Amino acid sequence: MRRGQGWLRAIPPAALALGCVLPFLLSNFRLFQFTQVGIYAIALLGLNILTGYNGQISLGHGAFYALGAYTTAIMIDKWNVPYGWTIPVAGLVCLAVGFLFGIPALRLEGLYLALATFALALAVPQILKYFEYWTGGSQGIVLSKPEPPLGLGLSPDQWLYFVTLGVLVVLFVLGANLLRGRTGRAIVAIRDNPIAAQAMGVNSALYKSLTFGVSAAYTGVAGALSALAIAFVAPDAFNVFLSITFLVGIVIGGLASISGAIFGALFIQFVPNWAQEISKAAPWAMYGIFLIVFMYVMPRGIAGSLWLAWTRLARVGRTGRAG
Amino acid sequence: MPILTVHNLTVRFGGILALDSVSFDVDEGAIVGLIGPNGAGKTTLFNCLSRLDTPDGGDVRFDGRPILGLSAHRIAALGIGRTFQNLALFPTLTVLQNVMVGVHCRTGSDVLSNALWLPWVGREEAATRERASELLRFLDLGALADHPAAGLPFGTLKRVELARALASRPRLLLVDEPAGGLNHEEVATLAKLLRAIRDSRGVTVLLVEHHMGLVMQVSDKVVVLDFGRKIAEGRPADVQRNPDVIRAYLGTDARVGAEAV
Repeated sequence: MRRGQGWLRAIPPAALALGCVLPFLLSNFRLFQFTQVGIYAIALLGLNILTGYNGQISLGHGAFYALGAYTTAIMIDKWNVPYGWTIPVAGLVCLAVGFLFGIPALRLEGLYLALATFALALAVPQILKYFEYWTGGSQGIVLSKPEPPLGLGLSPDQWLYFVTLGVLVVLFVLGANLLRGRTGRAIVAIRDNPIAAQAMGVNSALYKSLTFGVSAAYTGVAGALSALAIAFVAPDAFNVFLSITFLVGIVIGGLASISGAIFGALFIQFVPNWAQEISKAAPWAMYGIFLIVFMYVMPRGIAGSLWLAWTRLARVGRTGRAG
Repeated sequence: MPILTVHNLTVRFGGILALDSVSFDVDEGAIVGLIGPNGAGKTTLFNCLSRLDTPDGGDVRFDGRPILGLSAHRIAALGIGRTFQNLALFPTLTVLQNVMVGVHCRTGSDVLSNALWLPWVGREEAATRERASELLRFLDLGALADHPAAGLPFGTLKRVELARALASRPRLLLVDEPAGGLNHEEVATLAKLLRAIRDSRGVTVLLVEHHMGLVMQVSDKVVVLDFGRKIAEGRPADVQRNPDVIRAYLGTDARVGAEAV
């Protein structure tokens, strides 16, 4: 087991190394898809902190993704703010809004919370159209792609990919730290047994609102990156379907798992494309079949099933050596 | 000097009087047994003390300070720990992590410094782990530290709950039916354990228990509830002979505690 864990610890740096060489191996279009995977992974980690770790179901995280995207777009469009600054601002705006939304959400449990967040997802595209002066209405806002710093010799797509990768690494390290210590235990304790958590001194109202804020901040940063990557924001991109897609991502990737966010992001980015390639006539039917097969074969999500397979392998290896 | 004073505590659930003007004291350093037939109001009383239930009347003072105005998450930091009758562990956390949650109210690292994992967060985490491990050794749970709480036997989980409650460094420990599901030998070990918690750790114990043998053996004082009212209070030997208590338990003149011998 100890030896096995040593191997496991080598996986994140190896994945990061792979992530760093990817831009030099792939076409611009493929690279753009992987930038999108990184963006989704950040959003999914955010949703997973809330739903997977803290047990609060959100069907409305597309709204925070939209808020992050529009924060970036408006700051660049109206005030010419350098794009790098807009990313943390988008995160902070969503942190505040998520925290405030989390306070009334305290009164709602399970499916009722899901419905309240669903309402948020429904309302957002129309709200965006309403504030036309700021948001450009249904036309949206067109941005220009960030220019790579001179002297690096990178294409704009490669640069965007590395920006996304950098943000992803920082946010994943912060998230992993948050979840492994006192705060993480409190977040999971609230999900597992809210009454016992209170009796152990956990201020569950505070932690649940904070978790909502942190979760929204992650998703908002992802939204900001997506605005930069696509160089365009429009209300109808942030519909209910986006929120559902995020939920699909964390369940398929693995609830309450950090690596699950990456697996889930790969799924929601690439599986719809495969479905399209297999059947032009009924891609969503194919997607549905993929979904059902994944849930059937990997009921604990991709991360959970890989972990299970790994522990079994480690056990077999041990008894094999002993025998 | 009483560490806990319960005065005229009254709780109504709809039309039912779950607790009817119950008053008693718990002296610092004592083990006090709280007994009564099923539905007498024992767990309701515990829930009032840990502020999970809100009483309709009365007063509770811990160390002279009224606690009924505080919210539930403030109680642990005050120095009142508890276990639950039907187990209230965190099933997906390991045994060690469960106990580490118990240290929550004695630590202070916030969300931001946790995310940045500042140097003092690492030290706090190490101290938390050390404290939890020490309690696991004390309760003979060391080998199970990395096992998830889900799937362990009931009696073991009861000990995990004790460890978790002790992790918050309580001055008063509320123990709800620790002997439930234990065999004769295990009950004897539990009696020793409760004494050790009091003697070596200086923790006052309020014990709800159906196992009369255990209560009579370890308690300095016994409080008897029946249908939400206190019907007797005193030394175990006196309470055992009290005719009201005998009537409440058996409805006849049989002697309380005979079952335990």
